[in-house]
Amino acid sequence: MSIWEYANPKKFMQTSGTVLPWVSALAAICLIIGLTWGFFFTPDAVNFGATVKIIYLHVPSAMMAINAWVMMLIASLIWLIRRHHVSALAAKAAAPVGLTMTLIALLTGAIWGQPMWGTWWAWDPRLTSFLILTLFYLGYLALWQAVDNPDTAADLTSVLCIVGSVFALLSRYAVNFWNQGLHQGASLSMDAKDHVSNIYYIPLLISIAGFILLFLSLVLLRTRTEIRSRRLAVLLLRERMA
Amino acid sequence: MDLGKYAQVVLWSYAGAIALILALIMLSLWQAAITRRALREVEDRQGKPNG
Repeated sequence: MSIWEYANPKKFMQTSGTVLPWVSALAAICLIIGLTWGFFFTPDAVNFGATVKIIYLHVPSAMMAINAWVMMLIASLIWLIRRHHVSALAAKAAAPVGLTMTLIALLTGAIWGQPMWGTWWAWDPRLTSFLILTLFYLGYLALWQAVDNPDTAADLTSVLCIVGSVFALLSRYAVNFWNQGLHQGASLSMDAKDHVSNIYYIPLLISIAGFILLFLSLVLLRTRTEIRSRRLAVLLLRERMA
Repeated sequence: MDLGKYAQVVLWSYAGAIALILALIMLSLWQAAITRRALREVEDRQGKPNG
């Protein structure tokens, strides 16, 4: 069996229809456990007080904001190289989810920054590149709406996605590139000495798993809607031409 | 549970984030439902299988 079988809309609809309820249920379980554990059962941090509880929203949403764009990039490249419609529609379906994750990261970051940094916003390298990524998400969605021909729209948005990937990477690695700005380094690391304490780490991992599964379930659901919408447009066109 | 002087900060963060997630889920489900219904109507009209 090849992964390219799922480029067939019928095969994709069959498989995603089976997988979607399970992924959605797992997402709900992980999010409820991770956020409840993080909110109610973790102690205040010495340096941040109760605001440490915001990491269960901020870190997973920021990760998914960037990873959603990476997923869109891969799907866009598949469209440009192999012309599989499902991949273009999956990229389109992921954009509103990625935008929502970006907005959550910006919102929770600003609310956290006000008491901790004394400001809602700073033109810090990571924050600025994240804001630009948000604008790329908005531009990407607007471009899909602006072009009538779906294949042309997929081509143009794929190119925009490739360009925007620079800012997706920058928002992830800006802290490493420029050793300045307010935003601290990564909360997670392969090195146990660098990442947050275990008391916060396990519920954070569960929250991250929840956000990944939520992203996956929403992208599957929205891609199915896009496939149906495309089929509907074709049938209506045939009806008008008959 | 006492969130201390940061209670508003934490509660607003959770309220805002959960509201955004729920809005996205509701919007996705609503779009899925109306598209499925519209497709079913056209397929029934044209005598084709529901997809």
